[in-house]
Amino acid sequence: MSELYNVSSSPHVRSKDTTGRIMFYVLIALLPTSIFGVYNFGYKALVLILVTIASCVVSEWAYNKIVHKKNTLGDLSAVVTGLLLALNLPATLPWWQAVIGGMFAIVVVKCLFGGLGQNFMNPALGARCFLLIAFAANMTNFTIDAYSGATPLAALRNGESVDTMDMLIGRTAGTIGETCTIAILFGAIFLILMGVIDLRIPGSYIVTFVIFMALFGGHGLDSNYIVAQLCGGGLMLGAFFMATDYVTSPITPNGQILFGVCLGILTGLFRTFGANAEGVSFAIILSNLLVPMIEKITIPKSFGQVKEGKKHE
Amino acid sequence: MNKYLERLYNGIIKENPTFVLMLGMCPTLAVTTGAMNGLGMGLSTTVVLILSNLLISAFRKVIPNGVRMPAYIVIVASLVTVVEFVMKGYTPSLAAQLGVYIPLIVVNCIILGRAESYASKNPVLPSVFDGLGMGLGFTFGLTCIGIIREILGAGQLFGHQVLSLDWFTPITIFVMAPGAFLVLAVLVAVMNIVRERMEAKGKPLASPSGCLTGDCASCGQSSLCTGRKDTAKTE
Repeated sequence: MSELYNVSSSPHVRSKDTTGRIMFYVLIALLPTSIFGVYNFGYKALVLILVTIASCVVSEWAYNKIVHKKNTLGDLSAVVTGLLLALNLPATLPWWQAVIGGMFAIVVVKCLFGGLGQNFMNPALGARCFLLIAFAANMTNFTIDAYSGATPLAALRNGESVDTMDMLIGRTAGTIGETCTIAILFGAIFLILMGVIDLRIPGSYIVTFVIFMALFGGHGLDSNYIVAQLCGGGLMLGAFFMATDYVTSPITPNGQILFGVCLGILTGLFRTFGANAEGVSFAIILSNLLVPMIEKITIPKSFGQVKEGKKHE
Repeated sequence: MNKYLERLYNGIIKENPTFVLMLGMCPTLAVTTGAMNGLGMGLSTTVVLILSNLLISAFRKVIPNGVRMPAYIVIVASLVTVVEFVMKGYTPSLAAQLGVYIPLIVVNCIILGRAESYASKNPVLPSVFDGLGMGLGFTFGLTCIGIIREILGAGQLFGHQVLSLDWFTPITIFVMAPGAFLVLAVLVAVMNIVRERMEAKGKPLASPSGCLTGDCASCGQSSLCTGRKDTAKTE
């Protein structure tokens, strides 16, 4: 009786997924990539990852303390931001620059705009782009004992050939987390199986990018070139872990596909016609800024809704 | 407080054009890559501001109301041309650095703002001090931004290396365009904190409500104004 007459406001369906839980899944999904990065680039990579995470966590705690806000460390988002940022840095980066990056990500990109859920661009990528402009020389220094010299993308740009097998298993120069495609894909499959992300954004991103590169890359349908472009740079990491960020991607299903198409076109444009070999991070933060507009034009029709013009027929 | 000193205080602190009124943002963001540029830009604007306030105040009873804007522009543009030639003659390197932003002083909002809201209604001497105060406030703002950007972005101060490059890696983003926005935002935030503290102490600075004169009796917008004095309410 009481159940029948129990009137309450929505939401009526609740799930056990909390922000902290989803962030924890993302952390697990990033484990293979992180472990491989440390294995590949040595203890320096481990130190950088720990320093960046610590910087993000301390920044968030200190900011909330200073402005008298509720402590939000429990949602683990600062840890995820720190780990993602570290995976986007070269292992040779001086540690204090990583600390500045972590502070920028949390304080400037996230907290000043109102904290998690209000940030208009991905904090980790915002900080990566900040560091890329601020410390251009350090951020593009990929010289590591094992692999010296150019990243696969830079080599491709210079017309050299690259070994795609090496790129799949990550035996190339690059940032800590971007080199091993297989490790990234393991994490991505885990996230998809757990229902944390779906394939709309990464799928449309990758498909658009492949089409763009086939049309404008200058190598036609050369599969070796296209696979190298897909596995090189931060595309895989960006597509599965950063473009899918709930806060900075559209919530409408069609909008997510449009978002992915934007990403693919922008990345292709930056890589083919831009000044640098890599353009994933700029493509993602630029598309983040387009999200409100994408959502506006892709509002789904509600059930039974009639178009304005047909009402009076 | 002395009327003239009050004008200076008003321009430099209370209604600082950069941090409180947010006027003249274009040169503020564009030329402050170094302390020297900020100082040069600020001082040349100050000279134009003093002279334009002086002339406009002197001619305020002659200029017909309907064409006052074109008249102000003619006066300001003539003064800017003089300043530009003087700078090209005596400080050619600074003039080259500031480039197109010197002629653009003509359309600086601070100058027309002061002409419209103060000089056209007040006697000559207070207007001159108003121009001096506003100009020094602008110079102070630009130099502050320039110093911070130059130190962080190049480790230099007025062109001298103060932070040794042996241990200091310049954060180059600060001498580029994004750095101007970051530094300005942080300084405005600091200014807002100072203002809140002062208000909490009972010594309020002006609120940036768009009030340029502080003279509520002759203000056309006193009915809309939120920060007007109580005397205005009772009228």
